[in-house]
Amino acid sequence: MAKSQAMGGRKRRINAVSVPTEIIIHIVMILFCLLCIVPFIFVIIISFTSEESIRALGYSFVPQSLSTAAYKVVFDLGEMLYRAYFNSFYITILGTVLSVLVCVLYSYALFRRDYKYRTFFTFFSFFTMLFGGGLVPTYIVCKQLLGLSDNYAALIVPLLVNPFNFIIMRTFFASSVPEELIEAASIDGSGEYNTLFRIIVPISKPGIATIALLNALAYWNEWYTAMLYVPNDNKHIPLQYLLMRLQRNVDNLKKMAAQMGAEASKMMKDMPSQSMRMALVVMVVIPIAFAYPFFQRYIIAGLTVGSVKG
Amino acid sequence: MSKTNSAVKKPSKMKSASKKKTLMLTTMVLPGAIWLLLLRYLPLGGIIMAFQDYKIYTKAPSFINNLKNSAFVGFKNFKFLFATSDTWVMVRNTLGYNLVFIVLGLVISVAFAVMLNEVTHKFAAKTYQTLMFFPYFMSWVVASYFLQAFLDPTRGLIPHMQSNMGVTVTDFYNNTKPWPFLLVLCNVWKNTGYSVVLYLSAITGIDASQYEAASIDGASKWQQVLYVTLPHLKTMIIILFIMNVGKIFNADFGLFWNVPLQSGPLYPVTQVIDTYVYRAMTTTQNYGMSTAAGLVQNIVGFVCIMTANTIVRKVDPDSSLF
Repeated sequence: MAKSQAMGGRKRRINAVSVPTEIIIHIVMILFCLLCIVPFIFVIIISFTSEESIRALGYSFVPQSLSTAAYKVVFDLGEMLYRAYFNSFYITILGTVLSVLVCVLYSYALFRRDYKYRTFFTFFSFFTMLFGGGLVPTYIVCKQLLGLSDNYAALIVPLLVNPFNFIIMRTFFASSVPEELIEAASIDGSGEYNTLFRIIVPISKPGIATIALLNALAYWNEWYTAMLYVPNDNKHIPLQYLLMRLQRNVDNLKKMAAQMGAEASKMMKDMPSQSMRMALVVMVVIPIAFAYPFFQRYIIAGLTVGSVKG
Repeated sequence: MSKTNSAVKKPSKMKSASKKKTLMLTTMVLPGAIWLLLLRYLPLGGIIMAFQDYKIYTKAPSFINNLKNSAFVGFKNFKFLFATSDTWVMVRNTLGYNLVFIVLGLVISVAFAVMLNEVTHKFAAKTYQTLMFFPYFMSWVVASYFLQAFLDPTRGLIPHMQSNMGVTVTDFYNNTKPWPFLLVLCNVWKNTGYSVVLYLSAITGIDASQYEAASIDGASKWQQVLYVTLPHLKTMIIILFIMNVGKIFNADFGLFWNVPLQSGPLYPVTQVIDTYVYRAMTTTQNYGMSTAAGLVQNIVGFVCIMTANTIVRKVDPDSSLF
């Protein structure tokens, strides 16, 4: 099979599907891929559509006239937009670093067969995947006992640990770290932390990258914790939650902008509100779209290894 | 150092070394363990609320004081919960949608992975995979805007086309009829790429010689899929299946909350247990009943995953999750 591939793309593999079948496969794939990507392209087009065109034609793939007014307004949101952008980046970066650190430490100990409390702590994290207190007790404990309310911690701490990532990470260690290596290091007098950070972490980079990217994605896309713990705090809300508040009602934006001291009156006069919302969507998606090629390679590589039974 | 001396010292040295190792490894576990203790185990205590008429203790309102001073009402919250007609609707929706998601997700993803594996043009295959994985990276908030672009009552593509053609315009966000289909479509849209990646990686791991042998023996492509590919995917299908069945009482909150824009008239087809609990907690502040609903959800989920795993372990011990 490898030979026939090496001989060039045109020559078909011996055991390939028939040409008509392959054409059908291509058609199905293309249709589904269009379904996946066209909505985003459509939203980009809308964000560049002039307000007159939207009034006349509605949202359309071929607008009457284009305009960048929406983006101008978005940038005029000033303080509020920058703040939300900053919050999203801040939460994503800090949250990813912390969650990866916690995950590496925990799963490394679980990976060590000679760790005395291995079984206990494996169960300790696994049990939480099976049973929990539910939304209400968790919400009240976080908000009232732990003080996770209207602060950055409220957006970072609730997503810090994911027991499933512990399993993935431990599987990674098991598949990439030979146990003799740890023994050798310990005979050489290397301390546990030294062994982990100097020897194990460097050879487990692909696995750590996968966990880091999955966590970064979770933090960037977060709106749920914001809705629960910082619902009315404009200072800390991330982009996704800002967007969520504008889902049905652009008026919210006026109120919020006014609270943030933006030049509301100037800005709101002829606001291209429809295209503006879509422009905001585009700006939320853009960082992911840029990171995406890099993301997906690592995540695919990671899932391939991590999907092995924990 | 004399011989006898070292012989005496050695065991105690080893002992202290192993103690130190245990201590060091325990400090590594600690941050995660503390988090689990505070954010997962501590809330288990709050389950008491399900059996209380939970009230804010006005003299000194704090969670502990509220718990202490709220009256126990036994199973009253549960009785109320099952007396409302909402309960039937949300249980039906949660189970119904999840069942369709599991079956459809499985069939579509496996089919796409098998198809993608047959694409001879490697660049095309890579491109397809990249494009269909894209929605997985979008949040449900962003997805709700994507859908709005098509469905918005005044400017959306579909209502606009309908009015241009002189057909009655569908008021999507007030009409329950299209939503079962739309929600399933959104779920397939977002999650297919992810499962395709999983299944495809399992398929590419299959030894090519098995297909060659099958093809020499005269097996058609379809037979190869049935007798070579699917048996190899069995373990993965079973694991994902157990995990999904265990979560059958947990709905994807974001999908049911954001995508229909929390539209009231759509509740009959969009209300699931998770959204109900959230709404009961935030709007009516009925903590007792919403805790009860969450508790029922967790117990049933726990029973589901245990049952599924036990069955799998009986049928095929290697495929069970734990």
